[in-house]
Amino acid sequence: MRWLLGKDLRILRRSPLLVAMLVLYPVLIAALVGFAVTSGPSKPRVAVLNEIPPSQQKIQLGGQQVDVAKEARPLFDSIDRVNVKDRAEAERLVKSGDVLAAVIVPSNITRALQDAAQGAGGSARVEVLYNAEDPAKRRYVENTIKARVQEANTALAKRFAAAGAGYIKVLASGGSLSIGGLQLQVLGLGPAEKILRAVRAKLPRSARAQRAQLDQVIEFAHLGGQNLGYAETLLGAIGTPVQVDSRLLGGSTPLGAFAAAVAAAVTLMFVTLLLASGALALEREENAYRRLVRGLVSQTELIVEKAGLAAMCSVGVGLVLLLGLSFSADLPWSRFPLWVAALTFGALAFGALGVAMGALAREVRAASLLAFMAALPIAVLGLIPSGAVGAGLYDLIRVISALFPFKPALDALESALGRSGGMVAPLLHLTALAVVYGALARIALRRFA
Amino acid sequence: MEQPAAPEAFGVRAPVLEVREIEKRFGDRVALRGVSLTAASGELVAVIGPNGAGKTTLLSIAAGDLLPDGGEIVTAPPRIGWVPQQQSLYGKLTVEENLRLFARLERCEDVDETVGRMLEQTALADRADTQASALSGGNRQRLNVAIGLVGDPQLLLLDEPSAALDPRQRDRLWAFVQNLADEGTTIIFTTHNVQEADSHATQLVVLADGERLFDGSPSELREVAEGGDFESAFVAFLTARGH
Repeated sequence: MRWLLGKDLRILRRSPLLVAMLVLYPVLIAALVGFAVTSGPSKPRVAVLNEIPPSQQKIQLGGQQVDVAKEARPLFDSIDRVNVKDRAEAERLVKSGDVLAAVIVPSNITRALQDAAQGAGGSARVEVLYNAEDPAKRRYVENTIKARVQEANTALAKRFAAAGAGYIKVLASGGSLSIGGLQLQVLGLGPAEKILRAVRAKLPRSARAQRAQLDQVIEFAHLGGQNLGYAETLLGAIGTPVQVDSRLLGGSTPLGAFAAAVAAAVTLMFVTLLLASGALALEREENAYRRLVRGLVSQTELIVEKAGLAAMCSVGVGLVLLLGLSFSADLPWSRFPLWVAALTFGALAFGALGVAMGALAREVRAASLLAFMAALPIAVLGLIPSGAVGAGLYDLIRVISALFPFKPALDALESALGRSGGMVAPLLHLTALAVVYGALARIALRRFA
Repeated sequence: MEQPAAPEAFGVRAPVLEVREIEKRFGDRVALRGVSLTAASGELVAVIGPNGAGKTTLLSIAAGDLLPDGGEIVTAPPRIGWVPQQQSLYGKLTVEENLRLFARLERCEDVDETVGRMLEQTALADRADTQASALSGGNRQRLNVAIGLVGDPQLLLLDEPSAALDPRQRDRLWAFVQNLADEGTTIIFTTHNVQEADSHATQLVVLADGERLFDGSPSELREVAEGGDFESAFVAFLTARGH
């Protein structure tokens, strides 16, 4: 068997273009996949038409000047803002796809906000234009813009709540209020209670009826002051009624390590599948297969040799890839033996699958095509996270993914590169798949010659 | 007790290969119907016949590549060299590397000696470092035959060995094959070129539609067919038997 292995390595060495393709292509794909999986979308490019005259950028709220542009900063900070001069330009940019969407802030928004703050009128409105050229993009744009507008809304709501709380504080404790540009001095319930108590103390003992009436007013002022204090607290909570207290229960792999695991798993899959399937099919194309199995090597030895050859090469490529990625991602070198174990088990399972594909396809080109056609959906399915699709569909995806080595290889690599422990199950899974696909390859070889 | 005399004692060489009443079917199609064949040491046996006669199937069964559905292989040597019609060698390996690989896989005791001998016998020593894909068709075929010989077989089976070779390459190939037969290797070959069979074979087996129609020397076939030249005699022979 070692002579066959040596022969295959020699043939590979003499096929530099093939080796370059086999190594560079998956590494490139892996790097792209790793980047795509881990990097969220960058700031969306959004056109902004601000129709508010510069003199009307601020509104009066609870006696304070609130700069609307400043409060809307969360919206504009989270987008790649493209200022446009009019609605026509905004529409043109959206239609051409230069921007994902356009946000039109109308000139009357400050007045609407001012009215809303004073209890008159409804909500202020902004207009969003987007190009729903495909459903996926439409959903993305809607979600992105809604999320950003919500952030701006939250910031403004906090200012409104703070203004409301200010009014209440003045009503409770006294102070000055600015309404419609008029500065008003408000006594407040607390000081009013104090005054009433002082007046009551000075009433003659005989003025029982007045005393009783005064007690009612004092009680009202007392309770009113107390309850307005609670309302102030309540208004403070309006800006963020629900606070998120997140706790991680599983999958503690750092983002960089996950990207490296994805890249390594994709590379492992492509190199091993293509090499194993191609190497076996090549024996038939060179008409050497029948000569070999006439007592020179057994079919099982041939399967093991081809899977081993592909695994050996892909583990090498995988290690080089991880070495390269370790410059940009924080990979735990202390777990290097686990990297090798994950790569080796994954490569052997892919190797067995590749040999089965080669035995079924029988020709190098057909085997390569089959390997590509199978590998891409296997990888896509393996990368779908839970919650991204319905529960039933996700269960089906899990079952399908479990039939191929990509997902367990990814799990093993994730464990090796990030999470502590948890490698035994994926390694056993990969071993089982290697045995099953090896047996399938052995059966397929019956009609190989 | 007196041992029975060996066949050689009577001037008869012991058969290296003897197959008897071989039957083979591929689905509904009958490829061989009760075909028998015997070949002695150093004999050059040509199996000829029209397309689909069962020539390659017979050789594949003799080589152990296919199992017969009926009949038996009475005698077969332990070492059989099988050279299929399609050249089975590695184009990316040199001539020497191809020979060395198969010598190792055949577990030859002295790989260097075997490779050297094969290079000498095939007259490919000067092309030893040439990749097989860069060889001419004739040289590739000689390498193909040489690979079949690295295990030092007593019986060499050649399926259409001269197909796609030009006349000069064919001559060199047959000189090489004749030399092997002279050294005692039994050779059974199939061919469509009946002139080649007439020129080189010591025994002819004619197959048609899976049946053996003739087994004898070329001169015997010529007598039976009562034709002029050998090719005309062969065609007349087949026509007379409805093929």
